[in-house]
Amino acid sequence: MAINYVNPEFEVVRNPNRCIACRVCERQCSNGVHSFDPETGTMMADETKCVDCQRCVALCPTRALKIVKNECQLRENANWQQDTIYEIYKQAGSGGVLLSSMGNPKPLPVYWDKILINASQVTNPPIDPLREPMETKVFLGKKPTMPERNPDGSLKTDLAPQLELSMPVMFSAMSYGSISYNAHESLARAAEALGIYYNTGEGGLHEDFYKYGANTIVQVASGRFGVHEDYLSAGAAIEIKMGQGAKPGIGGHLPGKKIVGDVSRTRMIPEGSDAISPAPHHDIYSIEDLRQLVYSLKEATQYTKPVIVKVAAVHNIAAIASGIARSGADIIAIDGFRGGTGAAPTRIRDNVGIPIELALASVDQRLRDEGIRNNVSLVVGGSIRSASDVVKAVALGADACYVATAALLALGCHLCRTCHTGNCNWGIATQKPELVKRLNPDIGSQRLINLMTAWQHEIKELMGGMGINSIEALRGNRLMLRGVNLNEKELEILGISHAGE
Amino acid sequence: MLIDVSGLGFSEINSLIRAQGESCHLTGCLSQRFIGAGMSYREITIDGTPGNALGAYLNGGEITVNGNAQDAVGDTMNDGKIIINGHVGDAVGYAMRGGEIYVRDSAGYRAGIHMKQYKEKRPVMVIGGRTGSFLGEYQAGGLIIVLGLHKDGKPIVGNFPGTGMHGGKLFLRNAEGLSFPAQVNVNEATDEDMAEIMPYVENYCKYFGADISEIMSSSFTVVTPNSKNPYKQLYVNN
Repeated sequence: MAINYVNPEFEVVRNPNRCIACRVCERQCSNGVHSFDPETGTMMADETKCVDCQRCVALCPTRALKIVKNECQLRENANWQQDTIYEIYKQAGSGGVLLSSMGNPKPLPVYWDKILINASQVTNPPIDPLREPMETKVFLGKKPTMPERNPDGSLKTDLAPQLELSMPVMFSAMSYGSISYNAHESLARAAEALGIYYNTGEGGLHEDFYKYGANTIVQVASGRFGVHEDYLSAGAAIEIKMGQGAKPGIGGHLPGKKIVGDVSRTRMIPEGSDAISPAPHHDIYSIEDLRQLVYSLKEATQYTKPVIVKVAAVHNIAAIASGIARSGADIIAIDGFRGGTGAAPTRIRDNVGIPIELALASVDQRLRDEGIRNNVSLVVGGSIRSASDVVKAVALGADACYVATAALLALGCHLCRTCHTGNCNWGIATQKPELVKRLNPDIGSQRLINLMTAWQHEIKELMGGMGINSIEALRGNRLMLRGVNLNEKELEILGISHAGE
Repeated sequence: MLIDVSGLGFSEINSLIRAQGESCHLTGCLSQRFIGAGMSYREITIDGTPGNALGAYLNGGEITVNGNAQDAVGDTMNDGKIIINGHVGDAVGYAMRGGEIYVRDSAGYRAGIHMKQYKEKRPVMVIGGRTGSFLGEYQAGGLIIVLGLHKDGKPIVGNFPGTGMHGGKLFLRNAEGLSFPAQVNVNEATDEDMAEIMPYVENYCKYFGADISEIMSSSFTVVTPNSKNPYKQLYVNN
């Protein structure tokens, strides 16, 4: 047998004084790390299989388990770090393309953490959200630039279709197939209870979830899986997926082994057949072609729903967004390079795309400069981690944020970044029935509601501190932001002053 | 009922069609897009040249064009029939999942790209003449039949037919000398294969007055994928 050059990344530490060999860890681990040795009556561990998802740790009744970083490390080298060396070993051993999940874990700058929020002192009193009304409601869609009046002088009120959100956050696209039925149900129910939206992703809409249509955004991607008249009619909005932050420029590929049962039915493709989303839409080569897809969807749904165009944040994002704003789209969704994924080639995930903060600031500025900002609403995603990230995004010019990783964390995800194996011990990124049932949608949806309710309170408190009582008054209000540890170019792109200025 | 649509925009035309009940006959059509998009059960006859995305998301009924059509005819079509008495542009039947498209003459690039099938839904596209490059690219299901009745002496398809194909069947009449990508098997059609396409070839002849004995006197090549999983490249867990 060939030598395995890659040491286990983690060590399973079992406290023998606490372990009662109840074998819960063994039953809970779909990766097969734990086993019972009848000879000695003790539990064993195969650490090569451990992904550090912490399922066994969380369920161990005697708290006998710890998963720690393996201290057995290669000789330190600032250039050739251990991860890099192990990637070489893996490729040399297999000839394979490195495959990863979830967002870019590299230590690239997180601009949210270099932006600070203002508060009122003395001259402009802060507002206490506990005693004064605060508005976090937003409407997404095309807005008129000027008020228009009818011949009798009354105001024209026939707006383009809008999405009404109780707070400027939505759950972003995750397909049924990449995540489980129970994860989708949790998202759908929470979106309905919260008065926001969740997004089907490109895997179609399960028949059981049509009832949540009023809080559903249905996605149309290059593979057109599950796209048909009822699907288009079911959603509150239609999103054309051109790109994804975790893997800009490449398509999707759900392997045939995951196309089983309800996933096959929902995608409307045979079991066992690969679900291939080509990298481009093969009918879109220009903004003019995009306009055609936008309008074909609008015609098919008789102009009752806003159309969202989702793109990854890439180098020329401002020019691209300007084109999309002229394509007839109602909403532009931009996904930054730290956005999550159920599977992406490591090299693409970690090296392609740009940070959402810079993309958002440049897009908002460009659309304002060109006088077309009201043509579209802007939704940004790609690692929005907290209420303060939301507030900063809104102040940089976003109408709303898309969150997905944060939502999965609320459902119990421990960010072990092995979604692509389909063995998710938390019942999220898996289609195995025995794992899916570990995620209870009653609890899952409640945890999502809790998280968003907490964020909404925090958003109100941050707004109140600034003396702002309506989220609309915060949008694009970059005076409320200051930068720290940023160079002049970064400040210029973000359109903010440095702290102390 | 005859409706003169010259000078009307696509939204007006689709509203008129919806107001007409089950059938209507449009005259003077010139390049208006999206006609019949997302509609079901209606019979629409069009004199002239409809614009791009004719019958996109079509969910039933029948559209007949007395003339040529442009790009993206029957995009993501789910059911119904589209009959074109002329030729069509690029990407006809993109991602169609059900229904039938008949084109009397030739088609442009990327015909039948990402055509699928699902359970009882098995889309069929019959092209009378030739097609451009990338015919049936990423084809995941359904039947594409190219009859090669064109008279301009060009090959029956351009380059790279069936690239990335992972389902369905592609039938080409008189296809000698073509080169195919690695993902497909290329064989002479068997009697069983021919029986499978016969009803659709008969329809073609019925709609366009072609001679079925002449068509069937030549041999057909059938192209099928050699895997349902063409992109199963080796990944290594990272």
